[in-house]
Amino acid sequence: MLEARDITVDLGKRRILHGLSLAAAPGEVTIVLGPNGSGKTTLLRALTGDVAAEGHISLDGADPRRLAPWELARRRAVLAQFARLAFPFTVLEVVRLGAEAAGEVGAAASARSRAALDKVDLAGYEGRLYQELSGGEQARVQLARALAQVWEPKGPEGPRWLFLDEPVASLDVAHQLQVMELAADYARQGGGVIAVMHDLTLTALFADKVVLLDAGHVAAEGPTAEVIRADRLARVYGCRIDVIAAGDPQRLIVTPVPDPRAAG
Amino acid sequence: MVALSEATGPVAGDRRARARRATLALVGLVLLASWAALATGAAGVSLPQALGRLVTGTGLTLQEQVVLWDIRLPRLVTGLCVGAALAVSGAVMQGLFRNPLADPGLVGVGAGAGLGAVTAIVLGGLLPPALAALAGIYTVPIAAFLGGWAATLILYRVSTRAGRTSVATMLLAGIALGALAGAVTGLLVYAADDQQLRDLTFWGLGSLAGASWAKLAVAAPVMLAAMAGTLWLARGLNGLALGEAAAAHMGVPVQRMKNLAILAVAAATGAAVAVSGGIGFIGIVVPHLLRLATGPDHRYLLPNAALLGAALLVGADIVARSVIAPAELPIGIVTALMGAPVFLWILLRRRGVVDL
Repeated sequence: MLEARDITVDLGKRRILHGLSLAAAPGEVTIVLGPNGSGKTTLLRALTGDVAAEGHISLDGADPRRLAPWELARRRAVLAQFARLAFPFTVLEVVRLGAEAAGEVGAAASARSRAALDKVDLAGYEGRLYQELSGGEQARVQLARALAQVWEPKGPEGPRWLFLDEPVASLDVAHQLQVMELAADYARQGGGVIAVMHDLTLTALFADKVVLLDAGHVAAEGPTAEVIRADRLARVYGCRIDVIAAGDPQRLIVTPVPDPRAAG
Repeated sequence: MVALSEATGPVAGDRRARARRATLALVGLVLLASWAALATGAAGVSLPQALGRLVTGTGLTLQEQVVLWDIRLPRLVTGLCVGAALAVSGAVMQGLFRNPLADPGLVGVGAGAGLGAVTAIVLGGLLPPALAALAGIYTVPIAAFLGGWAATLILYRVSTRAGRTSVATMLLAGIALGALAGAVTGLLVYAADDQQLRDLTFWGLGSLAGASWAKLAVAAPVMLAAMAGTLWLARGLNGLALGEAAAAHMGVPVQRMKNLAILAVAAATGAAVAVSGGIGFIGIVVPHLLRLATGPDHRYLLPNAALLGAALLVGADIVARSVIAPAELPIGIVTALMGAPVFLWILLRRRGVVDL
């Protein structure tokens, strides 16, 4: 269980998060939504320990800020939004960094890395230089690296966690779907997934639970169908948003609607 | 270099086997360079004959004793240690700053160490006698280490914000630090007496000519310890290639690692400068060539850099004392002639990395 209580974060003189609380359970995909500047990424960074935060954070009973770095690395992996690589590592070498962070060495680390690359549809890319890949390919390599770090969704010390900051932002639709299915699959096997997202329809498709942020506060938190509601989204995002149930099997399609008065 | 994009070894993208083969080849290169260094020199001493006499128990002639044992061998060992220390310092610093252009010699760390050494030479007499006695022959290396350490700290504070290093700031801060250290060193020259002036000239040029067992006994343990310490940094430096946050997510104790890296660079550079003065470009050329050949994994890059740096500096020293024999070129000229073009080549090839 990931629990955060009264999380307050100040960056410089500005208060980004105003004492917010949330919980995410292993076995579920928890998605954090919110407009630009609502504090989604800062929240994720507070939960991963990248920014100093006041308040109480507990990851399966332990304060992640008090765990040794290597210990924490075996419980959770983080996929950040931007990752610039300084030196010409191959794709396999980048993914191996994740496997090695989990204590794997030698051929076992390579085997796990290849399997992780296979999961993100990058089998055959092992020998390519990371810096020569497209942005979307690089993002998938990073996801493979995170996966290789917490390969088994459940470990001896409890469930493992994936923290994903906009994991599908630079991907085409097919790969967006693939990455979300991968996350859902990880949760189904007992791992925890907490992801920051912009895409409301994908969120409606894959989230078990949604946390909707607004200006550093939690505007709504709960099962997907309760949070993904036209009135709630409209209030937070400041534009008209339709939530349409359609298709077979039935699913929610969330789409912004232009305001006719704004045109011309 | 062309082979870079080819599949290597049994697993594509896994260059560890190639890096290990490179280690073997580099050990061979070091042995070759060492042999050449012992065999080459102004005095007409034949190394095979001398070794033959050693093996058969006849004993060395006095000339062989002096030339080989007192002159060439300490010079060779100094060259090996300094070359290795400079190359490893360069590789660690590049990993720390996440930039292939960071080098202790270029960004003012060498200049800071030099200033420390010069200060110790000129003003060492002003130390309280008790302290001077305590520091003893270590005064100059310690001062060089402190100078290099201070320069590295300032450089890191100035050029790195929130885990990101600005290359422009780093290089400009390096220029400023280098100029400052140069100016203060210049002031100290006025306070120096004749003997000290001779010592000082030697720092400016960079040379292995002053090598002796006594100096080595002080500096070699520092260089070797610093290099051994960097082996602990290798995995962390790999993680750091993805940024400080990503490294921390992968379990790297980032702050502790950065502190140790800065200490190791300062110690290795300080000790190297203390025995040989300012020798540039080894720290840039060696890691760059190795990254091209076997990849940037620091677990292999650091030891291989030590070997290639050692071989390269000993080779440069052979050139320095052969081309105008019996006179000698300062070795700094030779390494700059080799290294500066490589530096420009990196700039040309990787303009994206240098985007100021």
